Amino acid sequence: MNKMPKWADAVLIPLISILLAFFFSGLVIWAIGKDPVVAIKTMVDGAFGSTSGISYTLYYATNFIFTGLAVAVAYHARLFNIGGEGQAMLGGLGVTLVCLAVPWPHWTLALPAAMIGGALFGAAWAFIPAWLQAKRGSHIVITTIMFNYIGAALLGYLLTRVLKVKGSMVTESARFPEGAHLPNFSEIFAPLGINFSPNAPANMAFFVALLCTFLFWILIWKTRLGYEIRAYGQSETAAKYAGIAPARIVIIAMLISGALAGLMAINNVMGEAERLIDNAVEGAGFIGIAVALMGRNHPIGILLAALLFGFLYQGGAELSFWESIPRELVVVIQALVIMFTGALDNMVRMPLEKIFVALSKDKKKEA
Amino acid sequence: MDYLTILQILDSALRLATPLLLTCLAGLFSERAGVVDIGLEGKLLAAAFLAGAAAAVTGSIWIGLLAGVLGSLAFSMLHGLASITFQGDQLISGVALNFLAAGLTVVIGQSWFKLGGRTPSLSGDGRFSEWNLPFSDAMAKIPVVGPAYDELISGHTALTYLAFLAVPLSWWVLYRSRFGLRLRAVGENPGAVDTAGISVVRLRYSALVIAGVLCGLAGTYLASLAAGFVKDMSAGRGYIALAALIFAKWRPWYALWATLLFGLLEAIGNRYQSIALGDFVIPVQFMQALPYILTVIILAGFVGKAIPPRASGQSYVKER
Repeated sequence: MNKMPKWADAVLIPLISILLAFFFSGLVIWAIGKDPVVAIKTMVDGAFGSTSGISYTLYYATNFIFTGLAVAVAYHARLFNIGGEGQAMLGGLGVTLVCLAVPWPHWTLALPAAMIGGALFGAAWAFIPAWLQAKRGSHIVITTIMFNYIGAALLGYLLTRVLKVKGSMVTESARFPEGAHLPNFSEIFAPLGINFSPNAPANMAFFVALLCTFLFWILIWKTRLGYEIRAYGQSETAAKYAGIAPARIVIIAMLISGALAGLMAINNVMGEAERLIDNAVEGAGFIGIAVALMGRNHPIGILLAALLFGFLYQGGAELSFWESIPRELVVVIQALVIMFTGALDNMVRMPLEKIFVALSKDKKKEA
Repeated sequence: MDYLTILQILDSALRLATPLLLTCLAGLFSERAGVVDIGLEGKLLAAAFLAGAAAAVTGSIWIGLLAGVLGSLAFSMLHGLASITFQGDQLISGVALNFLAAGLTVVIGQSWFKLGGRTPSLSGDGRFSEWNLPFSDAMAKIPVVGPAYDELISGHTALTYLAFLAVPLSWWVLYRSRFGLRLRAVGENPGAVDTAGISVVRLRYSALVIAGVLCGLAGTYLASLAAGFVKDMSAGRGYIALAALIFAKWRPWYALWATLLFGLLEAIGNRYQSIALGDFVIPVQFMQALPYILTVIILAGFVGKAIPPRASGQSYVKER
């Protein structure tokens, strides 16, 4: 029985949820004695007011597209991958190893190799929880959380003991060779006569993220594997009857998820820092959860949600600079978005369903 | 390593195990009632912040305790609203609460105290005082037993003793009281409990109240131990408690041993930056990761099998 038209389910409910989340975020700003309107203005100015701001917004959005897609792939198979953070960390390790392995002559060669490195390491970090879920029945949420911490410890060890340049005081890897430098927006768009701030971080990885968004759509809705993933996510028993092997789907979905999270490293590690630094992921793996939930696990939704969070992230930085509201405000907004679009879905849905049921009854009476 | 060093490490293990134990028991009540609680971390953090803030302003840790418990309770009720009343996803609600605590504590802390998210440091009555048990000075002179009594058993704060008392108490409540029987039943088969005419919703909410209070105690303990709140001070303890809960297979006495083990690991890691075993040096990062690695091994079922309460994670939809 369909209580609601499709558009209400796909657009209206998320929209109301997000408005609620923003309303409460505004309330928080107001409660700490700041003006929410000024805050929004500062954020919009900071995120879109200059080419540098736009570049930062798109740079953050690129991270969130990757992690959002990662969470969404797993979610289509009803797997809640909280391990995006650790997988992206390990992806950074993979990208670093590839970039430092050879003196790359040109980025066109370095990028595909680095993508393979990042995806491989990210997928490997997702594989163990996936295997444990599929074969031993350990809950993937707990194991992926544990793997975030294990990953952080592993990377901390490798950075201080192995990758750190001898004699250097900072815990970071060596700088990547010139040939592994990804063109940033100012270099890409200069030939077209568009001037981007040369120091801003958005780079080639943004287009890779867009490509991945498209491939995600193909995979989930146009391929046999995508069908199997969705079927498994809808009903494990039905999938089994249809001859789909649950263990295989769990592992494959998680491998793709880990690979996407790992791919994020071509943006933050290869594109921006050009070396592996401590805590390079900066919580982007967790924001992926909010992005996927908000985007309803659909590529277009994820793209929009990632842009929104990119804006929040960049705007939040400006906010701390100009209005002395801590950057953690973004974490509050992120929490509220997850809460309202994820956990409190029924709070919005139940009354709406009643309204639509009442409306359709009225129509029947007239007819 | 001499006797006194061992005692000091064990003593520090007890201190570090206290918040883990309280949080673990919080998770125990909630998950035994069928509500998965990833949000332990957030409750811990929120409680630590409010306790630190209230104690700093009033100068009394007991008022801090009250504030911490109330804050943690509020988070617990929010979790209940999302996962019991609105039958939302318990995991997602827990994740959201963790972020909410991580963000709000800094945003509000900065607005109140302007110290970059910290609270002013606590001293005097702003912290729990250590209880010296009777005769600890006199007994300290007795060899072997004396120092153990003096160093290890005496000289902790009230909350440490309370935490250890909470273990037999939780056992009694869960396994010997009617409430406990119903609580365990609602985590295994809420339908049966409902059929017996007992409210599933009320039972689950009461479990969350207990969990909220226990997390509040644990958070206040953290703020008192560190003499104030610092950003992200729970530092994953909520997740370690969750790990200990699985390690303990959702049983109170096992929870004690699991949290003591994890406390001991942390104490050893704090004392020795790296441990040399012959030519091989165990890096400090390995010690930090060990609780998580152990949990994964336990979860994998290679060392005993951890089976969660059957209905945990599922919201109960009443049949009409």
